[in-house]
Amino acid sequence: MKFNEQQIAEFNRLVARYPEGKQKSALLPVLHLAQESFGGWLSTETMNYVAELLNITPIEVYEVATFYSMYNLKPVGKHVFEVCQTGPCMINGSDNIINYIKEKLKIEIGETTPDGMFTLKTVECLGACGYAPMMQMGKFYKEHLTKEKVDNIIEECRKNAALNN
Amino acid sequence: MSKKLLLEKAHVEGIRFYDVYRREGGYNSVEKTLKTLSPEAVVEEVKKSGLRGRGGAGFPTGMKWSFIAKPEGVPRHLVCNADESEPGTFKDRYLMEFLPHLLIEGLIVSSYALGSNDTYIYIRGEYAWIVDILEQAIEEAKANGWLGKNILGSSFNCNIHVQRGAGAYICGEETALIESLEGKRGNPRIKPPFPAIKGLWERPTVVNNVETLAAIVPIINMGGEEYAKIGVGRSTGTKLISACGNINKPGVYEIDMTISVEEFIYSEEYCGGIANGKKLKACIPGGSSVPILPANLLLKTAKGETRYMNYESLSDGGFATGSMMGSGGFIVLDEDQCVVKHTYTLARFYHHESCGQCSPCREGTIWLDKLLYKLEHGQGKLSDIDLLWDVQRRIEGNTICPLGDAAAWPVAAAIRHFRDEFEWHVNNPQESQIKNFGLAHYADAIQPITV
Ligand SMILES: Cc1cc2nc3c(=O)[nH]c(=O)nc-3n(C[C@H](O)[C@H](O)[C@H](O)COP(=O)(O)O)c2cc1C
Ligand code: SF4
Repeated sequence: MKFNEQQIAEFNRLVARYPEGKQKSALLPVLHLAQESFGGWLSTETMNYVAELLNITPIEVYEVATFYSMYNLKPVGKHVFEVCQTGPCMINGSDNIINYIKEKLKIEIGETTPDGMFTLKTVECLGACGYAPMMQMGKFYKEHLTKEKVDNIIEECRKNAALNN
Repeated sequence: MSKKLLLEKAHVEGIRFYDVYRREGGYNSVEKTLKTLSPEAVVEEVKKSGLRGRGGAGFPTGMKWSFIAKPEGVPRHLVCNADESEPGTFKDRYLMEFLPHLLIEGLIVSSYALGSNDTYIYIRGEYAWIVDILEQAIEEAKANGWLGKNILGSSFNCNIHVQRGAGAYICGEETALIESLEGKRGNPRIKPPFPAIKGLWERPTVVNNVETLAAIVPIINMGGEEYAKIGVGRSTGTKLISACGNINKPGVYEIDMTISVEEFIYSEEYCGGIANGKKLKACIPGGSSVPILPANLLLKTAKGETRYMNYESLSDGGFATGSMMGSGGFIVLDEDQCVVKHTYTLARFYHHESCGQCSPCREGTIWLDKLLYKLEHGQGKLSDIDLLWDVQRRIEGNTICPLGDAAAWPVAAAIRHFRDEFEWHVNNPQESQIKNFGLAHYADAIQPITV
């Protein structure tokens, strides 16, 4: 396991933002980079590699990786649906959206479909309260969700997967 | 129409990009600052403006800036708090997405005032695409000489860096944010020392909200005194309100703080009234941490006076009959909403977000979550309501950071104003699972309390 050239360049850019000797400050962004680069989650091996790169102890990486909710500590599907369930989304029917996704994909919250395509997670407020209900999918938000919109998103993901095979 | 100082140009085509932003008068405040003002003079203008922190606490910004320590040879830092994670709040996101250069401009002037050569924007990890928008704006500003070395031929150097968080509400608390910027868990620090003395890497640091720092631009352009003339009393200038819930027009609005709550909810210029012709039941006017108010106490104070959208009026009556301006996250509940369920989702949120350092917060938020789950699911007893009250009371004031209070207040206010609804859940366990308590008496005119 190693970053490729392009990833190393990004790593160097991240570390350069902090004063000399304060390279640990880059830990959060570097963990994001590692998660994106190595299959969408952080294995112990990945975390140890990050520790080595930043010249800190592995435990310093584990502490951080377990504290923040965006780091996945076990494998996830190709597409992760992170549906907000806090008050403002709840008022606008997030329960219905979550139940619909569960039924449609036949998985419970926290599970991944057997084909490894989709993981369903619930999350707390993502700052999209005026555009509820919503979910995060990778880098972007999907807002004003309806059952039809969910259908379309799932179909799109499947179509893209078929194209790429 | 309210005067707009921040969002005036938000709808200009292409304003996200440098050329258009500059053509519309962008970066003039940097020019004015670097050519005519000393750092102390900038702080003085901000003091005169009466600007209060827009992140939630409302602390006067000019005063905060004047506290920064200036030990010889030690670098100082300005950190922009873009963690925006308080439920109901999505205003900073709007500013950064549509007017990234306004934030960068405010950051340059503020960095100059504080003597920060390396300024950091700490943005919540989920706003991943906004990182790209900000970094592009920074590159454009740099390419046009507004960032980097010897800006506009002055001796001032400044770089701005964007750091992404990774999903933790607590990192919005300024000392947790600093810990996170140092690559650690977001555990708030014990104060003192305050960040102004020992902050990022033990250096003097000022942490300010996105909106606060954007407001520096109009303050410098128009002068602090002129800015202070807008608004009322100690609520000067304009405020962004992110409105959501059961309203016709959810979104981000800039208000001058002289309009009434009623006008804000019902006028076409803002929320456009309650959605689907329903009635207003309750509202959390300043983000999930502030007390919820029933419709009657929201629109009028306990004295029977009109309530306005400003710091003083929203908190009129203290916690007994008032609320707070907070972060400006305005959550509206209509007559079909269940206050018990809504409060439960907030308690679950705070349980999820407690950093776990202090026992009253760590354990207390678990209790709040569990008790509210029971009550909401028709499994509660009347004594659970009292227990809930007791637990929240034991959290408040007994923790390292204000997250404990923020978890306790919404629960306390819900019980204070909506006890009937809680009791109805206990007394009607089955019915409460299929229907809601409804509007009941929560919008009835109240007998003014005369003191
Ligand atoms: C639990 C908690 C969460 C907070 N979250 C935020 C936030 O997301 N954004 C913010 O600007 N301030 C937040 N604050 C307030 C900050 O601690 C700090 O007061 C603020 O950034 C100061 O900036 P201002 O004076 O410009 O408002 C939070 C405070 C607490 C206790
Ligand atoms: S009050 Fe809660 S979030 Fe704040 S330091 Fe204590 S345990 Fe952590």
